[in-house]
Amino acid sequence: MAKSNKPIVWSLFAGGGMLSAFVTPVLIFVTGLAVPLGLMSLDSLSYDRMLVLAQNPVGKIVLFAVIFLPLWHAAHRLLTTLHDVGLPKGRIAMTACYGAAALGSIAAAVVLLRI
Amino acid sequence: MTEQTLQVEILRYRPETDQDPAFQTYTVPYRDDWVVLDALNHIKDNIDRTLSYRWSCHMAVCGSCGMMINGEPKLSCHAFLRDYYPNKVRVEPLANFPIERDLVAVTDDFMEKLESVKPYVIPQQERAVDEGPHLQTPAQLNAFKQYTMCINCLLCYAACPQYGLTPDFVGPAALALAHRYNLDTRDAGREQRQEIAASNEGVWDCTFVGECSQACPKSVDPAAAIQQTKIASTIDWYKALLNPWGKR
Repeated sequence: MAKSNKPIVWSLFAGGGMLSAFVTPVLIFVTGLAVPLGLMSLDSLSYDRMLVLAQNPVGKIVLFAVIFLPLWHAAHRLLTTLHDVGLPKGRIAMTACYGAAALGSIAAAVVLLRI
Repeated sequence: MTEQTLQVEILRYRPETDQDPAFQTYTVPYRDDWVVLDALNHIKDNIDRTLSYRWSCHMAVCGSCGMMINGEPKLSCHAFLRDYYPNKVRVEPLANFPIERDLVAVTDDFMEKLESVKPYVIPQQERAVDEGPHLQTPAQLNAFKQYTMCINCLLCYAACPQYGLTPDFVGPAALALAHRYNLDTRDAGREQRQEIAASNEGVWDCTFVGECSQACPKSVDPAAAIQQTKIASTIDWYKALLNPWGKR
């Protein structure tokens, strides 16, 4: 049997799953609850601070990671879920799922590099 | 006092006479210490000698009596009537396998897959008897011990939606047993098993539904074995990519 190339997408899926499980809830808490409810200072998410974060090379890498890895996680999960509910494994579903993740990743990279 | 009874609905299929499988209902005495297998044995001994099913040990060791009981894969020797009484119990052959006859499933596909993953110790070097036993620490034994509990009952295959959708999938028990030998310190056969385990039909067809580990009557966790194999295979893949001249 041929050796599979699935590890490429699976490692992005696994990495994205890890981030989605550990980092995304914190981000939702900070951006969606803590700051709007005044638990953290409103200033902590101010435009100036966010701009400095997005301009810093390390900040760019962190922002890119929390955007692109969960996108690949979602794409792979959605594809396998479609298969679980009985949709045949086809090029169309695969192109749509992974294509969307790839486009999102490229868009995130382009936007981050232009800041 | 009238005797308490229970209705058992069994999917019958006798290929020489039946066009399609059909249910037949039997009424058996109800005893709170009876399992479904006792009810089947009662039917076979007293009501209908033509009923076919597999069983041997009656104590969840041999792995022969796996069936769908009210739609769930279970060992019929492990499913008490008291958990269903007074409702009817529906008994069908294991899902995802062709029917040989009545409750007997055709399991050749699994047997071939099991053989393909070489589920035995492949030593680096043959060891002579006078070299003594190959010692293992308790920690080394613990690493794989749970996977040795597999009795090949195929409940995990009947539970696995992926196996139902993709018959080529090597499946939970065979992949868990491959993992069991890969983790054994006496073994050096991982590379040979990876040919099957790391293929698309191996661990990569699994979508981590996890029903296999739920269904296992021996508390083996095939889903974990498969995910661990995915991680190890991914590391192999990147190693081969970074070092194309290295050992494949």
